[in-house]
Order: sequence, then structure tokens, then C-alpha cells
Amino acid sequence: MSDFEINNRSINGLEIIELRGELDAHTAAQLETALQKLIALKNYKIIVNCHELEYISSAGLGVFMAYIEDVRSLGGDIKLSNMSPKVYNVFDLLGFPTLYDILNDEADAIEQFNIKT
Amino acid sequence: MADAVKHTITIPASTEYLVQVREFVAKCARQADFMETDIGDIRLAVDEACTNIIKHAYKYDRNQEIYVQIEINKNWLNITLLDSGIGFDPGNSKKPDIQESIRQKKRGGMGIYLIKKFMNKVEYSHNGTMNEIRMKKMRPSIVSED
Repeated sequence: MSDFEINNRSINGLEIIELRGELDAHTAAQLETALQKLIALKNYKIIVNCHELEYISSAGLGVFMAYIEDVRSLGGDIKLSNMSPKVYNVFDLLGFPTLYDILNDEADAIEQFNIKT
Repeated sequence: MADAVKHTITIPASTEYLVQVREFVAKCARQADFMETDIGDIRLAVDEACTNIIKHAYKYDRNQEIYVQIEINKNWLNITLLDSGIGFDPGNSKKPDIQESIRQKKRGGMGIYLIKKFMNKVEYSHNGTMNEIRMKKMRPSIVSED
């Protein structure tokens, strides 16, 4: 079975999603549900901490692509942080770093949100 | 390893078995002396190819099967995927325009680019009722024990 887990935290109005394990076409649905819930509850400032994310396929990237514009149009953003070089490489190959805020550390992502508010 | 070694696995066409294919591929790649970075690339390429088969060739019909064969010979790791679903044209291997995909709310198109990026050679063919994808990755040079 796929080894994948999502944990949620809130810090001063920011929602932190922590990903752990392998994000593929099977487990992508869990991430999609987690993002949908946050958006439904009008939480539009989201940080996805990828510290324990060991693997991502294009199906995982597709989930971020599906929600980024919606969230931005509602005044929020999805910022990503703490990626391993292996995971970052997949985002980078497809040109995501020019479209998304990908930060080294969660604290940097929090700071980015705070600068804009 | 003078002779070619072959390993095979058959999985139901369902995304829950992707993890099993990735583990199988990683084990074979390790046996072929690939470094962990390359093993990661090979796992991703096979995952993307299987995901495309499940989604496009079989339209998520989990009663269907995907046959995966890995051959390790002196210089190459050869991966063959067979399915009996609807053949699809992989199109070109140009880098997908992510900004445009986001604008059109279109996912997909990224898998084939990644497969071609990570493997040395990729070929698609249709044989009778079967679709075949052949992917090749050159093995790291092996130091002679002589």
C-alpha cells in the first residue's frame, strides 16, 4: 500500500499542510481533498511543507496546478517549502519555480505571507 | 553478468498498485548497479508510463492488467510495458507549458515529458491487440574485477 500521510496545522491564520511519504496518482486524491476542505472553509493562505515528502509524480504536481489560480484569485496563495533536492528536481524540470513560491523553509513561506498582508 | 537477466511483474490496472511497480523497478535497477538518483528517475518514468496506461489506455478499468518486463544486459536496463487498452499517441516530448495548462485548467501532458527526460530511449508501438512501451536506460559503467 502507498505510504502517504497529510497533517494539518494552523499558525496565525495560515494553514500548513505537511506531506509525508509518496505522492502519486493514487495518493493525489488525498491531497486534493485536503486542499478542497481548506478552500471550502475559506482558508486561502496555504503552505505545503514537503519536508517528509519522499516522492512526487506528475499526478501530484497536477493537484497544485488545479488549485493555485483559484486560491490566488481569492486573495491567497499556495506556497511550498522544505523540498528535498529529489522532489524539487521534478518541479524544476517542469518549470514550476517560476510560477510558484517554493521556499527553502516553512519560516520563509510564513514570512512571505506576512510581507504581503 | 554475462547473460541478460529478466524480471517480470503483472499488476491490475489500478493506481493503488503503482507503489508495487515502483518497488519492483527500484529493486531491479539496484541489481543493475544504478545510483540512487538514477533509481529515482527510473521509478518515476515507469510510474508515469503506468499511470498513463491506467488513465488513457484502460480508462480506469481495474479489471485490466499491465505487464512489466525488465531486462538487464551488459550495458542496458530495458523496460517493456504491455497493455491491451486503447492505444494513445504520446505526441511530442516538448516541455509542457505549465502556465497555459493552469490557465486552461488542464492537467496532464507532463508524464511523457518526464519519461523522455529520465530515460535514454523511449519507443511506443502497437502490435495486434497490444500496446508496447519500451524504455532504455544505460547502465553505469562497471569496473572490471580482473
